[in-house]
Amino acid sequence: MKRGGIRRIAALACAFAATAFLAAGRPVAPAYVYAMGGKFDRSFSEALYRGAERFKAATGIPYVDFEVSRETQFEQAYRHFASRGRNPIIGVGFSQTDAVKRVARAFPGTKFVLIDGNIHMPNVLSVEFREEEGSFLVGVLAAMASKTHKIGFVGGMDVPLIRRFACGYGQGIKYADPKATFLQNMTGATPEAWTNPARGAEIAREQFDRGVDVVYAAAGTTGMGVLQAAADRGKLAIGVDSNQNYMHPGTMLTSMVKRVDVAAFDAAQAETKGTWKPGHVVLGLKDGGVDWAYDRYNKKLVTPAMKAKVDQAKADIISGKIKVHDYESDGRCVY
Amino acid sequence: MRAREKLPAIVDLVVIPLANVVLAFLAAGLVVLAIGGNPIRAVEVMISGAFGDSEAVGYTLFYTTDYIFTGLAVAVAFHAGLFNIGGEGQAYIGGLGAGLVALALDHTGMGWLVIPVAVAAAALFGAAWAAVPAYLQAYRGSHIVITTIMFNFLASILMVYLMVNVLIGPGNMSPESRDFLSAAQLPLFSDWLDGMGISVHGSPFNVAGILAVLCGIVVWLLIWRTPWGYELRLLGFNPSAARYAGVNEKRMIIVAMCLSGALAGFVGVNEVLGVHHRLLLDYALGYGFGGIAVALMGRNHPVGIAFAALLFGALQQGGAELSFEMPQVTREMVVAIQGLVILFSGALAQMTRPWFEWPFRRRLGGEA
Repeated sequence: MKRGGIRRIAALACAFAATAFLAAGRPVAPAYVYAMGGKFDRSFSEALYRGAERFKAATGIPYVDFEVSRETQFEQAYRHFASRGRNPIIGVGFSQTDAVKRVARAFPGTKFVLIDGNIHMPNVLSVEFREEEGSFLVGVLAAMASKTHKIGFVGGMDVPLIRRFACGYGQGIKYADPKATFLQNMTGATPEAWTNPARGAEIAREQFDRGVDVVYAAAGTTGMGVLQAAADRGKLAIGVDSNQNYMHPGTMLTSMVKRVDVAAFDAAQAETKGTWKPGHVVLGLKDGGVDWAYDRYNKKLVTPAMKAKVDQAKADIISGKIKVHDYESDGRCVY
Repeated sequence: MRAREKLPAIVDLVVIPLANVVLAFLAAGLVVLAIGGNPIRAVEVMISGAFGDSEAVGYTLFYTTDYIFTGLAVAVAFHAGLFNIGGEGQAYIGGLGAGLVALALDHTGMGWLVIPVAVAAAALFGAAWAAVPAYLQAYRGSHIVITTIMFNFLASILMVYLMVNVLIGPGNMSPESRDFLSAAQLPLFSDWLDGMGISVHGSPFNVAGILAVLCGIVVWLLIWRTPWGYELRLLGFNPSAARYAGVNEKRMIIVAMCLSGALAGFVGVNEVLGVHHRLLLDYALGYGFGGIAVALMGRNHPVGIAFAALLFGALQQGGAELSFEMPQVTREMVVAIQGLVILFSGALAQMTRPWFEWPFRRRLGGEA
């Protein structure tokens, strides 16, 4: 009798599990597709990786991931994951936009998350960031830390997205120091511009030769070269996407962090809870989507005056007192 | 060369290449073992990844199609004694030709006519890109290897310029053109089979595969069954004899290179009209150089090229699958493994030859 009872309870539990399973639709088995820079770029893709690891640690659900070796492989990666029942499939980088569009059309039952792109489809969640707001803050810091009043920016591929970084940064510089000179260079016009640290270092050295003493890199793996060149010359550098302060303590002024990891984690987490929604989300300072990094590695470089000023600017942007111009709204930089 | 005639064809054409592939996989297995993977599992993943289901086979055949085009391109030039290293650039520019026609005509209501015109444009652009190095070789004596390599760089720079400044689609961040309308998209085999009620997974294998087979047949007919082909081979074997026999060497170089460039240009048909349905960067990456290995392995014969291309296509597809399934095998490792296969079956192809000559040598010696 007792054994029968246990069996009945077990059966009931199974039935419950099954209904829960059915209610959630497909089982949650996330897949992640990294940008061209690769999983351990210490920047953009690595933030996605951290989000994936955090999801695994929090839920115990294993995930799969993929690094493409050429951009034309994105579609194959999505198709592979979708046809094997992976759900949701999360990717980073605007160059995946087309692949997501096509595969999302072919697999309407699978949920896709594209970070840094914008697609309007019923099974796609697009997440973008207000990079100009975070860049504004690091621009304020750069202007206050600079002794030569010459401040540099090294971008990766010359696309509107990276110009958005540059314009917000420039606006922050002018806000803190209207007389400062702002130099900016892009590494190239093709995806190869994300993966060329040697070229990044070369551009940074050129800017240093022209008197720049603080440089901000928004260039994927190319940025590694910029940060290294700054460390070699004893100039200050600002990292991007992930917190890169630890890489060269002493010359890393700060990093403009873009919480790709949070977006990736939240998207997968929402799917386990059944609260996943398609649409277009833009995360700014207010939502904690972007920020500046302050930790033990750059504590000595950030004076109390700088911290006070940047905290004030942050509060003002959140309250709407300071309007940071979005380059993509009209294709212009406003300083 | 001395011993080449002495081996039975079956050994020369089948056994030795197979032995090389096996050796290559053994070497690759050691590499997988060294990075802490299970080599048996790696081979399993690669094979099932390349042939395991309809999607895998579709992708393998899709890549095979590209390698057949570039393999044939290299072979045609090789029969004339020309080493065409420029398949990469010719394929790239061929795709540009196809893409330009597609962008110009896909909305004009020309219907089915768009695709033949685009295919012809791919051949024309590829041929034109090969014609310049050919002219320089024929009339100015600039070495074709150097000029075709340089034309690869020129093609790449030209495409970057055009995609970034001219052809980029409105509102695009990536340097990609707008999508072609359906009139300029090649039919996919998976759609056909679906239409016939046979359910298969989607894959990019498209009618360019048929074009590849046709090209193989045409190349075979041209080279081995026409007077022109005879002259071409004569030029390749012995240029002095060819000149003495009255072969117009200069014209032959130009025509052979144009044919070679046109064949390479068809990669653009498979990639641009077949899958991407838009112009973008780097779609020809690796196929031109892969084609050299394919032609070497396939002994410059269409049948051999088809099999070598299948091997390369399977490697490319199985390799991608390997990095999906085995996390310790990174994308760089896949390239290393593919490199070993190319090394053993291309560069070291003659290494195993003496081992197979040995049993035959004694017999032949006895006869002599």
